[in-house]
Amino acid sequence: MKKPINQRQPEPKRWLDHPRNVRKIYFSVWIGCVILLLLELLIDKHVETAAEHWFGFHGFFGLIACVALVLAAKLLRRVISRPEDYYDHR
Amino acid sequence: MTIAELSPGLTLIVGSLLLPLLRGKARSAYMVLLPLLGLVHLSMLATGEFGVVDFIGQRLVTLRVDRWSMLFGWIFMIAALISAIYALHLRSPLQASAGFAYAGSAIGAVFAGDLITLFIFWELTAVTSVLLVWAGGTVSAYRAGMRYFIVQITSGMLLFFGAVIQYKATGSLAFEHIGLDAPGGWLFFIAFGIKCAFPFMHTWLQDAYPEASEVGTVFLSAFTTKLAVYALARGFAGTDLLIPIGAIMTAFPIFFAVIENDLRKVLAYSLNNQLGFMVVGIGIGTELSLNGTAAHAFTHIIYKALLFMSMGAVLYRVGTAKGSELGGLYKSMPLTTVFCIIGAASISGFPLFSGFVSKSMILSAAGQGAYLMTWVTLLFASAGVFHHSGIKIPYFAFFGHDSGKRCKEAPVNMLIAMGIAAILCVGIGVMPAPLYAILPYPVAYEPYTASHVLGQLQLLMFSALAFSILMWTHVYPPELRAINLDFDWFWRVALASVWRLGTSFWLSLRSATARVLGARCADCFTLISRHRQADGLLIRSWPTRSMAMWVMVMLLAYLLVYYLGR
Repeated sequence: MKKPINQRQPEPKRWLDHPRNVRKIYFSVWIGCVILLLLELLIDKHVETAAEHWFGFHGFFGLIACVALVLAAKLLRRVISRPEDYYDHR
Repeated sequence: MTIAELSPGLTLIVGSLLLPLLRGKARSAYMVLLPLLGLVHLSMLATGEFGVVDFIGQRLVTLRVDRWSMLFGWIFMIAALISAIYALHLRSPLQASAGFAYAGSAIGAVFAGDLITLFIFWELTAVTSVLLVWAGGTVSAYRAGMRYFIVQITSGMLLFFGAVIQYKATGSLAFEHIGLDAPGGWLFFIAFGIKCAFPFMHTWLQDAYPEASEVGTVFLSAFTTKLAVYALARGFAGTDLLIPIGAIMTAFPIFFAVIENDLRKVLAYSLNNQLGFMVVGIGIGTELSLNGTAAHAFTHIIYKALLFMSMGAVLYRVGTAKGSELGGLYKSMPLTTVFCIIGAASISGFPLFSGFVSKSMILSAAGQGAYLMTWVTLLFASAGVFHHSGIKIPYFAFFGHDSGKRCKEAPVNMLIAMGIAAILCVGIGVMPAPLYAILPYPVAYEPYTASHVLGQLQLLMFSALAFSILMWTHVYPPELRAINLDFDWFWRVALASVWRLGTSFWLSLRSATARVLGARCADCFTLISRHRQADGLLIRSWPTRSMAMWVMVMLLAYLLVYYLGR
């Protein structure tokens, strides 16, 4: 039988609860990106469009696309964001 | 007529009617057995046209079996099975019953060989699915359901008018390739387009799906829009206009998805975005691209259901699916978290997951066919979908800021349903050959080439980097308790205001007129009303003798006129 939540011992901290581990994840994403760029030097490319011959095209495209997406969406929010009950009054 | 000559949709529709008669364990067993029976029914079908009915001199084909209809038949039946297992915890039979009838209607529609059969099942999907929206049980779900219903019925009416025009022009009701130049072509195009959530006709999807119950949304996500994709693929393959339409559909919803707070609505936007890929594939119209569309519909139904199931489980346990109120749920719902991540990896097209082997075909078809702008847009959309469905959904629900909410893991039936979907996602991704074998055209496509895998991994990893940097620097927009306006604002608010303005203008015009003419009219009105009162000249009862006298007067007058006239 489980005790009600308020009588339980405080939860043990999980691995992700430590900020240093979050930092580890953050930097491993950077490292992953670098590795994927280096891998491109090793493989023999067979691609379908001219743009894909450029070094790291997919990577840089993804990075720029996502940053642009988020910044544009932030601007969009200024225009279209409304309180949750907006349609109830109309 | 043997069972192999009946539409498998009827198995589910008839079966759904018997469901409310059962209780407890018997009903649970029945809910799993019915779609299994449907799968057996599908496996008995042979290629050809069956179930022919004569109707006003026309030959209606209720069961047309070919590679297109079989592929959609299989995936719809699998979706019905998964959704049914997901619904096993419900006490009331209503949702499962409506869900089966809805799935059966969609299956009936894909096996329809003529436009009348298609129309009947097309409208049946609308009637049965609105019950699932209403099962959300709130006032806003009721209203969203009404809006949804009006839109769906409109689509059906356009389909019907299209069928009538085609019949008058060609004398045939067969459902074959239509094209925009055919008689009634545009009516069909818009009818299918509404159900496929084309831009500006899309808002019913984001409006209604997040309002449905946790089970309802899983059912809804599978059938309506993919039925429209099927109809477009049959009727409008190779229509150039579909390429820009599809490209816009892949791109614009992701902006909305990034700032949307309701995570089920985020999934509805990404559903819209995934439909865009399929529509582009139909528009390109080569064997590779049409295969891509068919494959993508197949994989998409499974991973989209998986994502909606995971958010449904969160909604069921926590009571909300809003990003601003969730976070840290991996501690309470570890299995749901894993399933959600598998769905997220699939929709993002990670190698070894199902989305990769299907979306790649459409991207390759666009790349090879020199549709450069389309290809760039699809690539942007691929990065974007990873951003909002692949990262945002799991991050804000299960990780991110710990909301402090603690709950139980999802019910066992939900976990089993999610497990089956997750196995299919990984299975198809690792071993695409069985899926490729049932596609409409022969497949000579290898998704796992080194450059292709590396390209996709780079795209995804750098998108993840973008998310990480934006989070790290706090540039990423936080989840806010707010809604975002979409195109439906124009008819929910602007059109409604115009209507109100018009009404009040009319009322004031009327009272102004009455004031000006008042004095003169008043006399007139009094005169009229005086004669029409209880004792007025025109109302009061007259004795019979006076009547006789007046008749006599009239006859005499007639006689007089007659003589004078001679």
